[in-house]
Parts: sequence; C-alpha cells; structure tokens
Amino acid sequence: MKKALFSALSLALLYGCASTPVEPERPAAPSVQTPGLPVAPPLAERPVQPAAPQIDLSKRSVFFEYDKYDVRDEYRPVLQAHGKYLAENRGKKMLVQGNCDERGSREYNIALGQRRAEGVKRMLVLMGATEAQVEPVSLGEEKPRCSDHAEGCWSQNRRSDMLYGGEY
Amino acid sequence: MRSRTFAPLLAAILLLAGPARAQLTIEIIGGGANQIPIAVLPFAGESALPQSITEIIEQDLSRSGRFRAIFVGGVSPPPTEIAQVNFPEWKSRLADAVVIGQAQRLSDGKFEVRFRLLDVLKQSQIGGIAFTLTAAQTRLTAHKIADFIYEKMTGERGVFSTRVAYVVKQGTRYELRVADADGQNAQSILISSEPIMSPAWSPDGTRMAYVSFQNKKPILFVQNLTASKQPAPVANYRGSNSAPAWSPDGKQLAAVLTKDGTSQIYLMSADGTNLRRFTVSGGIDTEPFFTPDGQSIYFTSDRGGSPQIYRMPAGGGESVRITFEGDYNVSPRISPDGKILAYISRVSGRFQLMAMDLESKQVQTLTDGQRDESPSFAPNGRIILYATDVDNRGVLAAVSSDGRFKQRLGIQAADVREPSWGPFLGN
Repeated sequence: MKKALFSALSLALLYGCASTPVEPERPAAPSVQTPGLPVAPPLAERPVQPAAPQIDLSKRSVFFEYDKYDVRDEYRPVLQAHGKYLAENRGKKMLVQGNCDERGSREYNIALGQRRAEGVKRMLVLMGATEAQVEPVSLGEEKPRCSDHAEGCWSQNRRSDMLYGGEY
Repeated sequence: MRSRTFAPLLAAILLLAGPARAQLTIEIIGGGANQIPIAVLPFAGESALPQSITEIIEQDLSRSGRFRAIFVGGVSPPPTEIAQVNFPEWKSRLADAVVIGQAQRLSDGKFEVRFRLLDVLKQSQIGGIAFTLTAAQTRLTAHKIADFIYEKMTGERGVFSTRVAYVVKQGTRYELRVADADGQNAQSILISSEPIMSPAWSPDGTRMAYVSFQNKKPILFVQNLTASKQPAPVANYRGSNSAPAWSPDGKQLAAVLTKDGTSQIYLMSADGTNLRRFTVSGGIDTEPFFTPDGQSIYFTSDRGGSPQIYRMPAGGGESVRITFEGDYNVSPRISPDGKILAYISRVSGRFQLMAMDLESKQVQTLTDGQRDESPSFAPNGRIILYATDVDNRGVLAAVSSDGRFKQRLGIQAADVREPSWGPFLGN
C-alpha cells in the first residue's frame, strides 16, 4: 500500500504540470500557423488507484529568455513525455521549429531559432528519441504568434514548437 | 548625337506572375544638401507618348536628392534646338542646367525621342542622345535620360533604370516582387502562403536567390528571371538553409546551412553542387557577403561571445574581427567600391544602420530608427535601401551614404520588407 502511495505521489510530481487542466497554449490570433493541430486526448480523470502513467503530448511548446537558447528545467517533464513517446514509436517523426521575437536581424534570428530547435532536439534524444526521428529547423522571426512591440508578445514568440509527422 | 535602339532587355525579364497590385509609393522625408537646380522643359510632341517622359525625368532627379527642379512654366512652344533657348531667362531663374527635347511617332509604330542637356552659364550643350523605342519602353527611356543627366552633372552613375526586389506580406500572403527603382511597374516573382526572405540578385541581374518556407522550414531557391522555369532548390539540407550571397562572378553562392549541427557558412556552385564548408566555429556564423573584388567574405559571427562582424579570405584562412563597439553588430554589406561597410548595430536597444569607412575605421550612424534592418546598397554606392517600420507597418526607407538624404517607400495596407537593390543592367 505504502509503495503504491509513493508511486502515486511521484507520478503526481513528475506529471505535475500535466495534470492541471490543459489550457489552450495558442492565443486566438488569426495568423497562427497550423490550425487544427491534433491534440492528444486530455488526461483521464485521476483514478483512485495509480494506473499506468499517462503521457500528455498536448503540450508542444518550450519558451526561452531573450537571446537565450538553453532549455529551462521546467520543460523537462514535457520533453520527457515526448522523448518517451518517440522512443516507443520508432516510426514517428517530429519537426521542431525554433522561433525568435522580432528584434534583430532576420538571418541572425534564423540561426538563433535553430539553436532553440537544436536545444529541444538534444533533450528529446537524451529522453529516448533517435537523431533520425527529430529534425530541428528554424522559422526565425518569420511566423510570430503576435505582433506587438512589447515583451508580452516577444516572450510568446521566443519558443520551439514540436510537430509530429502529419501535422505539417 | 548618339543614337540608340533598345534591345528589349527589360521585356526579356519575363516574370512568372502578372503585374502586382498596390504599388510602392515614395515619400521624401529629409532634404539633401547642395542640390543642383535644373530645368526640365517639356519635350515638343511628347503627348504622343503614353506617359509624360519629362515628368518621369524630373521626378527621378528630384527624388535622388541631388537636384532641385526649377519651375518651367511660361515657356511655349518648348524649344528643341539650342538657338531657341532663352539662356538669360534660365539664368535669372537660377538654373544651372536646362533639358530640352522632342518626341515623335515613327511610321512603324515606334517612337523617336531625342534630348539635349545644356549648360546655362556657358550656353552650350553638355550632351544629348536620340532613342528609338516602343511605347512600352517610355518609362525606361525616361530613366535612361535621367541617368545620363545625373551622371553628367554629378560625375556618378545614376540608378534610375535599375530595379529593386522586396517582399510584401498581407495577412498570410507573401510576395517577392521586383519593381523599377521608382516603385513603378512592380511584378511578382513568387507568391506564397508561407514566408519568403533574403532575396539576392545575381550580379548580372538574371537570377534571384531567396529563402522560402513553403515546406515549413527554410529552403534556398534560385529562380531564373529571364525564363519561365520552375525555381530550383539549391539547398534543402537537414535543418535550415538560408542567407544566400552571390560571388561577384555569379558562379558561386555562399549560404548558411545547419546540416552539420550549428549555423555555418558553406560555399557552392550557383546550381547547388560542389558544396564545401567555409566557416568552422562552434557557434553561429551567418550573413555572408562577398567583397566586390571577390577576395573576401564578410559575415556575422558570435564566436567571440556576441554577434559581431568578421572578414575571411574567400579561399579560406584566418578570420579578422571588424566591429568592436557595442554587443550586437550584424548584417554586413560592402559598398560597390569596396570602401564602406554598412551594417546594423543595436544601440540602447534600438537597431540602427551604421556605415564604417574600412580604411579609417570611422563609424557614422546613418539612421535613428528602432527596428532598422536588411540594408542594401544601390549599385552606384550612393544610396542604401533598408527595411524599417512606421506606425506598425513594415516599410522600406532609403538614406544617402552620407546620411543626409532620406526617403520612405511603402505600400498601403501591407508590410514591405527584405529589400535588395538590383545591379546595373547592360548599358
């Protein structure tokens, strides 16, 4: 009983951010890419008895600080979920698209966005995916989710998105 | 007087899509110094042409910032020979030069236009040309005349008959367009529902390299502007492919690929074959640009910890750092005479256009915008076209290389960005 409780607790910790209701990550902006992105079914209600671990693949974005491309710890669980999924489904492929806010040279931002995609790819490979399954690419500042010249918008655009084959 | 018939060079630049919609409008927002006062008189018989050729000439000269148009009213009929010109009148109107001319329709449906550029003080002819043209070549003829006048009066080559490429975004519709330097006559090269960036003219003006996101990742294409062929991808490697730059002989492209991990510069033949790596660093190397003599490549790199501009021999070797002020210096472009480096610098959070004299290393700030980017030299080195934004809309702007004269170019209800000034075409 104690062992089961411990497992339930550690699962709760590991999937802490995933167990909260899945809120829409994308603001309803008309120019956002890939409408109709299939979302994994929401987590089933937590059973009283700990069930097999649910993998929440609905979270697809990793956000970054200005001029930075290192993946923050808070995203480990998300990347662990996707890495595990890719490890268990070797036929699945993923495109990681890195993005930047509007500031600076467009071409330099292609390179910076690429670093943000690479960072996520490296994590996914550590978590079980193979190199061949994940292609990191950059959209630079070319496909922003919003267009205000302010940090509220810029922070939304500094991100990497994970797309599975068939979604792009 | 020389006589010229145009090979239909411009007509041969067959463009895939048809005429573009809303045109580029140009607004002068900063005066130049030492403007040459010039009187462009109506040409006798010019109403036979589909457009007023003298209006185009006068607008070209005024827009360059180097000339001030003198009022030409009250002169009727327009003189066509030197003997008919009232030089004391033009001297009293403070004109340095007067342009006179005539146009007539020929029996085969073509036109002849001839003009003379006259020195008011000396009361003599500086030069003149006769052209044979089709109606469709009226604008180009006017630009060629404006080029001739510009060169005779300033000693520099005019760019009125050159073309500019730029990207227009309206919602999710992206277009790569080519227009005359005055914004007229825009044609679509490419229309896409995904972004387009980094257009780069080949040195002979017959091809355009650019980056397209139509496959959800950046891929490099080269499109032949003189033939209606499908554009060919020249670099579609794993990851991102971008930042094309032509060697001065038009045979090679430098570009940035991420196929081996980080963004690095590679060289390839213009068709994408013969790929070889150029830079080797653990960081970001991007934005290559060949010097006009083809001997060196300038580029942006963060190998020193922050994005700065470096130079390397085109055949490989040691890189030399060029920029040292500030922590963000990118987008290097070398002037056609090889003497000036234009680039974008982040100063107190604002992205501005700078010009460095490569001999003295002196730097001048040319603009004071917030988000200036993508500079491109005119082929005479005298003007720099760049992208900026005004009232939340992407526009192009032009500044003279000494920073004094400014223009803004925009399209209503659309974002314009990524300008690239085309080369001199033929003669």
